[in-house]
Amino acid sequence: MVASTITDEPTRRDFLFIATGAVGVVGAAAAVWPFLSQMSPDATTLAAASIEVDIGNIAPGQIVTVKWRGKPVFISHRTPAEIEAARATPLSELPDPATDESRAPNPEWLIVVGICTHLGCVPIGNEGPYNGYFCPCHGSVYDASGRIRQGPAPSNLAIPPYKFAGDAKVTIG
Amino acid sequence: MSGHPTYVPTHPAAQWLERRLPILGLLHSSFVVFPNPRNLNYWWTFGGILSFMLAAQIATGVVLVMHYTPQASLAFASVEHIMRDVNYGWLFRYAHANGASMFFVALYIHMFRGMYYGSYKEPREVLWLLGILIYLLTIATAFMGYVLPWGQMSFWGATVITSLFSAVPFVGDSITTWLWGGYAVDNATLNRFFSLHYLLPFMIAGVVVLHIWALHVPGSNNPTGLEPKTAKDTLPFHPYFTVKDGFALACFLIFFSWFIFYVPNYLNHADNYIEANPLQTPAHIVPEWYYLPFYAILRSIPSKLGGTIAMFAAVLIFAFLPWLDSSRIKSAVYRPLYKIAFWAFVVCAVLLGYVGAQPPEGVYVLAARLLTAYYFLHFLVILPLLGIYEKPRPLPASIADSVLGPPKEAIHADANPAHPRKSG
Ligand code: HEM
Ligand code: FES
Repeated sequence: MVASTITDEPTRRDFLFIATGAVGVVGAAAAVWPFLSQMSPDATTLAAASIEVDIGNIAPGQIVTVKWRGKPVFISHRTPAEIEAARATPLSELPDPATDESRAPNPEWLIVVGICTHLGCVPIGNEGPYNGYFCPCHGSVYDASGRIRQGPAPSNLAIPPYKFAGDAKVTIG
Repeated sequence: MSGHPTYVPTHPAAQWLERRLPILGLLHSSFVVFPNPRNLNYWWTFGGILSFMLAAQIATGVVLVMHYTPQASLAFASVEHIMRDVNYGWLFRYAHANGASMFFVALYIHMFRGMYYGSYKEPREVLWLLGILIYLLTIATAFMGYVLPWGQMSFWGATVITSLFSAVPFVGDSITTWLWGGYAVDNATLNRFFSLHYLLPFMIAGVVVLHIWALHVPGSNNPTGLEPKTAKDTLPFHPYFTVKDGFALACFLIFFSWFIFYVPNYLNHADNYIEANPLQTPAHIVPEWYYLPFYAILRSIPSKLGGTIAMFAAVLIFAFLPWLDSSRIKSAVYRPLYKIAFWAFVVCAVLLGYVGAQPPEGVYVLAARLLTAYYFLHFLVILPLLGIYEKPRPLPASIADSVLGPPKEAIHADANPAHPRKSG
């Protein structure tokens, strides 16, 4: 621009330009972070982490829905026939292979997050060709072990962390 | 364009202002003497209709916010409060809800007008891209607005659409948690959607200003697709186009009023009068009608990631039109094959919308797949090839000729383009 700035030696203006630019870039990056971070789950959401459920009066064949972290969790008291069918399914028939033993260590109880792994609708229990779960939104079908069998959902219903406390209680989360 | 008077303020107050901020002159040259092609038809009135509808959405929206509560446990009740207790609350809400649909009616007509008459072609590519930006912002705005009444469709529509991002490999679940501000759609989600629903329309208004700026550089396209050459080809904006736009707007508002006053819930879903319940999904969830073709495309692909990509691609592909259409001729009036392809695409888009509203089973699955294939075929194969193989009809010598008939001595063979496609 101005002739006097064109010298071989770096000038004071060159120094200020680079120093201001560098501080500016770091400052802008540091300012962006809080803008992004504030959108993540806040402390109250993170705190509401675990719930205790009484399962003593859930009859065999019954599925109860409870709310955990704002989402439905299905607690299914499975019948012997359901358990047998789930355990007998060969892994080769499953799009997302997992044994029923790994999904329900206590075979009478299947505890899964009731959110379809496609786009998040709540599947309906005791429904569908595998007598497990059927999602009304885009037709995903899960079996009695919550494993995906048909439809657009890519994976099995998720298993939340849980612990049985005695015979009649379970802690989820 | 020469031949039209420039602004000379006469009133002393106008002179005073003009010396300090020449805004009256800008308005005068943009909306009073601005030279428009003399042959614009009624399809060109939807730009003005859209400007009006944006202003109407902002006006009714600001009123709704005065009575609405963006809190998950109160939002649904506050909308019912607007409907039952607030003076004319029902009117504002019905005008706003149906206004969104009217906005899309006008937007789609406006876009398809551009496609029929080749308005996206040189020198109007930036104008077209700004229009696509407005379209994307409007899609986002209406999506977030629909979440605010916190009914069942609000909640489950928000869940399904935000869950699309969970298809992103590896980081998908983190993205959705971040978007929701929790582990599911909840109060945090409602609050941020409310904030953005208020903000985005003003950003749209800003882009509209750029859109009109980019329009006023080359001026409007017209049914012949020819650029104006002489003053005979144009007419001043006022009174010729102010009255045409005004008349069309009045007709459009009658149509709009019919919805508000006679069938206010025709375009809504009954399920949205049930308060959001995170534990139960309605048996049949469908998005608003203006998203249905894209929803059909999403469902037609039997893979989560694939469906999501196809859906976003279907929206974004409009941005590439200026480079996909290889023909040098703008208007479909002079492109016999493109005219057929255009209407075939319209039928395809409408059928996709119909299929998107049906349950995804039986014949609808196959239909959705075929229509999706044709949708992309139109953009990626038909448009690039047509420009090469199509023989255009002869063009008139000028816009004035197309309206008034050619002057006797001017019927030359050179009206017929010898090289109908781009040189490149
Ligand atoms: C392009 C402009 C806009 C579009 C397309 C749009 C669209 C929508 C839609 C589809 C709804 C749901 C209506 C329903 O079913 O009840 C809605 C609701 C709402 N909008 Fe907008 N809106 C726009 C501008 C605005 C602005 C500028 C504001 C505020 C200044 C606003 C405030 C609201 C409020 C408070 C609601 C909730 C009340 C209700 O559901 O009726 N909107 N909007
Ligand atoms: S959300 Fe369950 S199938 Fe799409």
